Amino acid sequence: MEEEGGNRGGQSPLSAAKWYELFSRGARDWLRHDEKVREAVRANLPEIIAGGEVINDGARTVRVPVRMLEHYHFRLRRPEERQGAGQGKAKPGDVFSDPSQQQGPGEKGAGGRDEGEVQLLLEFKVDDIVDWLWEEMQLPNLKARVGPSEETDWTREGWDRRGARSRLDRRRSFKELVKRRGAPGATPTFTDEDLRFRQLARRKQPAIHAVVFFMLDVSGSMSDRDRKLAKTFFFWVVQGLRREYRSLETVFVAHTTEAWEFNEPEFFQVSGTGGTVASTGLLKVREIIDARYNPGRCNLYLFYASDGDNSVSDAAEARAALASVAADTCFTGYVEVSSGLSRQLATETGKLFAELSGAGCAAGSYALNDFDDVWGAVRHFFSAESQAPEGP
Amino acid sequence: MSADWRDYVRRIEELAQRSGLAFHPVDFEAVPDSFMMEIAVYGLPVRMPHWSFGVRYIYQLIQRRMGHSRLFEVVFPGNPGHAYLAASNGLAENILVTAHVLGHADFSRNNLLFRRCQEQVSEHIVEHAANHARQIQQIIETHGAQRVETVLDAALALEQHIDIDQPLRRERYPEYLEEPKVLADDSFRKRFAALDPVAAGTVEAKKRAPVPPHPERDLLWLVANYAPEMESWERDIFLAVREESFYFYPVFATQIMNEGWASYWHARLLREADFIPQQSYVDAVKCHSDVVRPIAADAQVSLAINPYHLGFSMWEKIVERDGLEAARHIMEQDDDFAFVRNHLTRELADELGLFRYSARSDGQIKVLEPELTALHEAVLSPKYNFGAPVVSAQHVRTDGTLELVHDSGTDGRGLDLERSRKVLDYLQRVWRRPLVLTTVNQAGSTLELTAP
Repeated sequence: MEEEGGNRGGQSPLSAAKWYELFSRGARDWLRHDEKVREAVRANLPEIIAGGEVINDGARTVRVPVRMLEHYHFRLRRPEERQGAGQGKAKPGDVFSDPSQQQGPGEKGAGGRDEGEVQLLLEFKVDDIVDWLWEEMQLPNLKARVGPSEETDWTREGWDRRGARSRLDRRRSFKELVKRRGAPGATPTFTDEDLRFRQLARRKQPAIHAVVFFMLDVSGSMSDRDRKLAKTFFFWVVQGLRREYRSLETVFVAHTTEAWEFNEPEFFQVSGTGGTVASTGLLKVREIIDARYNPGRCNLYLFYASDGDNSVSDAAEARAALASVAADTCFTGYVEVSSGLSRQLATETGKLFAELSGAGCAAGSYALNDFDDVWGAVRHFFSAESQAPEGP
Repeated sequence: MSADWRDYVRRIEELAQRSGLAFHPVDFEAVPDSFMMEIAVYGLPVRMPHWSFGVRYIYQLIQRRMGHSRLFEVVFPGNPGHAYLAASNGLAENILVTAHVLGHADFSRNNLLFRRCQEQVSEHIVEHAANHARQIQQIIETHGAQRVETVLDAALALEQHIDIDQPLRRERYPEYLEEPKVLADDSFRKRFAALDPVAAGTVEAKKRAPVPPHPERDLLWLVANYAPEMESWERDIFLAVREESFYFYPVFATQIMNEGWASYWHARLLREADFIPQQSYVDAVKCHSDVVRPIAADAQVSLAINPYHLGFSMWEKIVERDGLEAARHIMEQDDDFAFVRNHLTRELADELGLFRYSARSDGQIKVLEPELTALHEAVLSPKYNFGAPVVSAQHVRTDGTLELVHDSGTDGRGLDLERSRKVLDYLQRVWRRPLVLTTVNQAGSTLELTAP
């Protein structure tokens, strides 16, 4: 005990510091536990992305409540009635309800007993989850359409003897000097002849811009739950596409028998009454594309969520509108949200999309009946999209 | 940290020796609270890494934040013993703790169970465990953290499953059954041989003994020795965990006696130490009463028994009734089972207000009739079999399948199936052959769990 630091003079504080002041084994093992939790979460991604509650608007994170992991031992089954010994003012026959667990002071923590109660709230970066999803699904990454783009950018190209001082390529200039000095009678110092400057040229950039149209049926038959299903699905679609495209624009269109464009927060609040006329929505999308976007320059995506009860009289118009939109989009997806009824796409709208993909267009449909299906839907669309033939 | 308490250590040690305590020298060290907490979590100052300790660590942190528990000291038996004192202790607390530690040191040197385990494990458990930790660190560097973790998952899940009645270093089972007895060559055999030459002429070949030859409770040992396809470093990890369990057993099985004995002596030494300043004495007495308090200050009843208080009260009674000599004798011979069953009397139980209760799963508690032997068992039942269900290895089949059997007759009910499956999963990854575990279900009929 003589070597104890602190009370001896002349010792520098650093040498007096013991290893346990610099290193915490508890924290190390805690980090390992944390890692294991994250692995477990990762293994259960479908359940997590299905939870509608986890999406944290605005923030690029998802919060997942998790239980502490338990290191399992052999234990006896929980009995119906447990016997124990206690201490205090109590007579035989007394009945009371369990006061909160009390521990004697100074008692060493009985770690490992009632450990199921603490919940952790882990925050995951959306980007990480999307990365995992991609790994998990083993999808080939989406191919951005490289179209005839009018966007240009400066790129470095070649050297010249004249140029701005800031573009002087020293290594290259020095090589020139060495070459020239090889010749007999040359001046040993730099001359203007030796200098080389980097040059820039304008080059066309491939289109790496994407616009996603989310079209939602808000007619009277779509319940809150249906809208929430659609929202959860849309959220993950945006994440998936955002991974591929540097800039991603989203356009939100809702329709009943009419169609409107909304901003994002309003979009999910909208509820309407009345019938479903899908062609109004599709025409609205058409109108927005024509007004704002050039299909040659951006990658357009359309995702449509509806319960599928399109008005029968609208079939011809909707077919035409859909064909016109699909001609310009990289991919068109249809999710049928019909909680309770699983009609498996045998609806009016379902048929329209089936025709479309039958005709060789990049299109897909999926019946989304429950939050558990969100995972399947994401997988379905993205594997379909990545295998889809390149758009026109 | 105040340097002052060190001045008292020597004098308290002298006083303790005069009072008849016989202990190995103890190294005292004041350490920061964070380190105290880690010692409590790991059970040893330096121990192998495992994520489950991280879970306990967080629970400790939470408990401390909520001001539930505070650790004053942790002491490790040995020659010399090691006592770690919280640097945040005041002078009075440290005086008290020093006396308390000497009580523990006396106990661990003289108690039979402690002595036996120390003879087998070592008198230097702290250094031993640190060595294990270093070895395992080396294994991690060679074989990777992932594989080591898999082995530790299994080994630490079975850490209570040792057989304390067998020596730490055991011989493997005999390979062959004993030779059949040579039959006496008398007239009867001659006539018998004449009847049927085949039956008489059989020379029995040596027969392999079954493994294990008897139900084996020491699962850590059995796995380390008989797992069909285990790497030697994996066996080493199992044996390291087993060795630490042999150290932990006496600490676990004498907790009431040991803490009581230390509390008795810190109270007594404090009374007799006339060299302690008045104010410190008062503070220390207050601290003592906090530690041995049976029930939280604001509560009427407690549903758990504070081992400090129970042990302390029992030792006071025993010394008062039979004298110190008899008390020392009991301290040397008993463990908690014998101690509580023999010395927790009806009068004392009433005096302390101990009661037996049954708790329904909906949280309703009913206080039961005060029956003394049943009360003893209620106090002791968490301690049966190192706190674990009685699971033993019954047989290793020729294809390597390990048959485990849970003795539900002894334990009174079946295993928690969910957890047992997980443990089998852990174990399967090192045993690498099928596992079968027999227990009973809710209705009491036999149930087999298998892995994979």
